[in-house]
Amino acid sequence: MLTTVVKPNTYQDSVSLMLVSKKLTEMPDVIKVSVMMGTPANKDILRGTGFGSAALDSAQPGDMILAIDAEDNVDPQSVVHEAEEALANQAAGTPGSTLRTVRSFERAFDVLPEANLGLLSIPGDYVAAEADRLLERGVNVMIFSDNVSLDDEIALKRKAAAKGLLVMGPDCGTAMIGGAPLAFTNEVTRGDIGLVAASGTGAQEVMSAIDRLGGGVSTVLGLGGRDLSHQVGGLMCLQALAALADDASTSTIVIVSKPPAPEVRQKVAEAAKNLGKPVVIVFIGERPATARDGNVRYAYTLADAAALAVEIAGGGRPVFAPGQKAIRGLYTGGTLANEAAMLIRDAFGLTDTDPSHRQGYVLRSGGHEIVDLGDDAYTQGRPHPMIDPSARIEKMPAVFDDPATAVVLLDCVIGYGASDDPAGALAPAIRDGIEHARAAGRDVAVVVSVCGTRHDPQGYEEQRATLAEAGATVLPDNASAVRHALALLDEPAATSAGAAAPRPVGVAGLLAGRPAVVNVGVRSFAQTLHDAEVSTVQYDWTPVAGGDAELASLLDALQNV
Amino acid sequence: MKYASINEANEAVTQLITGGQPVLVDVVRAKDVIDVFQGGAKVLLHAGPPIGFAEMPPPMQGSCVGAVLFEKWADDAESARAMLERGDVRFEPCHHHDAVGPMGGITSGDMAMIVVENRAGGNRAYSTMNEGIGKVLRFGANDASVIARLEWMRDVLGPALSAAVKKSEGGIALMPIISRAITMGDEFHQRNIAASALFAKEVAPLLAQTDVPQSDLAEVLRFLSDTDQFFLNLAMASCKAIMDAARTIEEGSVVTAMARNGKDFGIRVSGLGDEWFTAPVNTPDGLYFTGYSSDQACPDMGDSAITETFGLGGMAMIAAPGVTRFVGAGGFGDALATSEEMAEIVTGHNPSLPIPTWDFQGACLGIDVRKVVQTSITPIINTGIASLEPGVGQIGAGTVRAPLGCFVKALKALGEKYAVAK
Repeated sequence: MLTTVVKPNTYQDSVSLMLVSKKLTEMPDVIKVSVMMGTPANKDILRGTGFGSAALDSAQPGDMILAIDAEDNVDPQSVVHEAEEALANQAAGTPGSTLRTVRSFERAFDVLPEANLGLLSIPGDYVAAEADRLLERGVNVMIFSDNVSLDDEIALKRKAAAKGLLVMGPDCGTAMIGGAPLAFTNEVTRGDIGLVAASGTGAQEVMSAIDRLGGGVSTVLGLGGRDLSHQVGGLMCLQALAALADDASTSTIVIVSKPPAPEVRQKVAEAAKNLGKPVVIVFIGERPATARDGNVRYAYTLADAAALAVEIAGGGRPVFAPGQKAIRGLYTGGTLANEAAMLIRDAFGLTDTDPSHRQGYVLRSGGHEIVDLGDDAYTQGRPHPMIDPSARIEKMPAVFDDPATAVVLLDCVIGYGASDDPAGALAPAIRDGIEHARAAGRDVAVVVSVCGTRHDPQGYEEQRATLAEAGATVLPDNASAVRHALALLDEPAATSAGAAAPRPVGVAGLLAGRPAVVNVGVRSFAQTLHDAEVSTVQYDWTPVAGGDAELASLLDALQNV
Repeated sequence: MKYASINEANEAVTQLITGGQPVLVDVVRAKDVIDVFQGGAKVLLHAGPPIGFAEMPPPMQGSCVGAVLFEKWADDAESARAMLERGDVRFEPCHHHDAVGPMGGITSGDMAMIVVENRAGGNRAYSTMNEGIGKVLRFGANDASVIARLEWMRDVLGPALSAAVKKSEGGIALMPIISRAITMGDEFHQRNIAASALFAKEVAPLLAQTDVPQSDLAEVLRFLSDTDQFFLNLAMASCKAIMDAARTIEEGSVVTAMARNGKDFGIRVSGLGDEWFTAPVNTPDGLYFTGYSSDQACPDMGDSAITETFGLGGMAMIAAPGVTRFVGAGGFGDALATSEEMAEIVTGHNPSLPIPTWDFQGACLGIDVRKVVQTSITPIINTGIASLEPGVGQIGAGTVRAPLGCFVKALKALGEKYAVAK
């Protein structure tokens, strides 16, 4: 059935009309729809093809004509409705994304000249050539791809080492640099723990655990599973360690790997001892023979490594004056105080000089003092300090004013029965104390743990946040808090320029800010980076000359004429 | 090689491209400026690389019949066709005679031709004028109305424009019009309406100063006003004049011509002289006028791809939002993606042609054969679609890709020239 419908005063340009015609013709049981303006020429065409009608005759050049050829069951009004819909929704634009996409190496750098990291996820056979081009340009490389030969890996890493650059991988699944999520990684709180990992999921487990324990991560550098092998010799591990040693945003370094080849283990251990920063090493697959060697601590499991790192790290490290050597604990919980005393005694080899703990002093030895303010000596005639925070707050100024005080240890017990907002009560005293000491030319560290749960009425996270805002470092539990306090008193770790690799300039540039990434291959990696507001260009990689080797080598030769 | 490298040669080529200064200096009869027509020889010029009558697609053959009738070499279409089939008419590519022709590109000695001089190189290029839409010779129509229009263009339009140009100071500069019109939504292949209007604005006061009779003047101005694509042929001749100047470098890997004859797509390359590198043409992909579809479409033809060679047309798709939906019926994003893709295969951007919708990046400059083969991205060409049936004319518009094969052949020739082939 042929039908002519005229829509008066509906002007559209010919492109729109052709697009609408095409769309309407695709409707079920429609044979063909032609949408045209009512010009004399168009009306002639329609008359000639059987659409002549009175309505057609009266159509004006500014009227739109729908000439509908359809099965009898099609209601012409449904076609008109569809036409209106189509004309109302002409915007065909692809929404949102402004991720730039290129098809060649050269153009990637035209679009993003500041790029300092290339992320490769292309077939292994082609990786070496692309990675080499990146290194030639002075760009660091992360190779997500596997099936790259060991010889290629060694050649690339030697080149990177010589140029002060980093090659992460091959088969490097996880990295995080300057907050930029690279390949398989987790969203974690930014902090001061840097990871160097020869294992993707190892890195993910440690970084996630650090986040859950309240710590933060500065950088995760991947190595690929073969870096610590005899053949590769830990080239990039040493490079990464040297870069993190130099990185101001990293205070503590965690190394995650399978057990390395013996001579490589020796090199890595030596380098770790000379980084000038505390290091936690976890070699998954063996039980550590020693727990600690100077600034280097060995962990057995990934979770242990994360916990150790969180204990050691924890915010900016204060620089103590020469006389500041004491830990001063003001506790509201007796057993927590005793636990602190125990750990401090063990750490310094002290003896319990006053087992009767007069005046609540559970430790008073070697300059360190831990007081249990819940002791009977303090609760006569006034409420327990967990209910009334004022008892402790009154004592805090004297502790901060003591020139021997380096670290103030506190507990914050919440839950039923405790005061409504113990952290809120402590916060002003912490803030004032830090300021007073600073006015006297001393930095005093305040270390706290919150005893309680997320279900408690005071709100676990809120209590932590209040304390952190006041200037305290908040650890996940009392023992961690005490160990963190002890770590703060450690002698600064030694640096020895001779043992560590020279400062890798290219990697330092990469770690100095947010990276700019050329993503070669899997598009979703680029989209993730783009969404995280990292400068990224997507290089939709294809083999040169469609994989024709003869043309590829001819092109190569012609580039250099 | 007088240059240190192919890249350096390409730079010399692209400098001549960016420095081009095309100026319309006259409108004449073809035989006045093109040698092969002199002495009344039965010669026709055609679009694309060399081709004989038998191999031409039907609309191009229809154009030939029209040209024979226009030249009065035969009295009717039948005897004209017989004459062509007998081989009584010699064929040569427009490109071999400093000329370009749209679609079939069929040009005969008595046709009106614009003369565009490249003031930077001193060389000239020629083209017929745009006949408008409907039944036109370039799409293969050849009835009495078509011949009558060609005669009018020869006898009225050509002389009137020639007289007008002579009233100007040294001709009508075309690059300023191109630079302005690219900011007004023209890409000079699919859309020329802004440039055509700007050209009419330039030429109308000059026409008024001539002694062309009032009735002719009215017809001429009416024709310029009606012909949205009038500037297309001016753009083509401008691009030809510029790219021919660039050919004088005689080194490098920049494409200096792309042209199609309905059978083969041919390219010329700056370092490879006059040789055409060809591969079978593709059939355009696009939108069709009411009642037509892709099975009626003629394979790609015309010298108009000289606009893409210079960096306009499909290479500058992003400049013309009004026609972007011809690119796979997509929107602005698709047009942007197309231009970004084309940027992969060129040596740079033309600073004389900033495109507002491309954040004022210049139009693409200098298609590099090496980059085309490396990426397998071939130039995209905006084009009209002719009916396979002669006389029907244009049945749609869309885009067509240059075939990769001609670039591969050219690359191998570059390898031999620069002695690096295995």
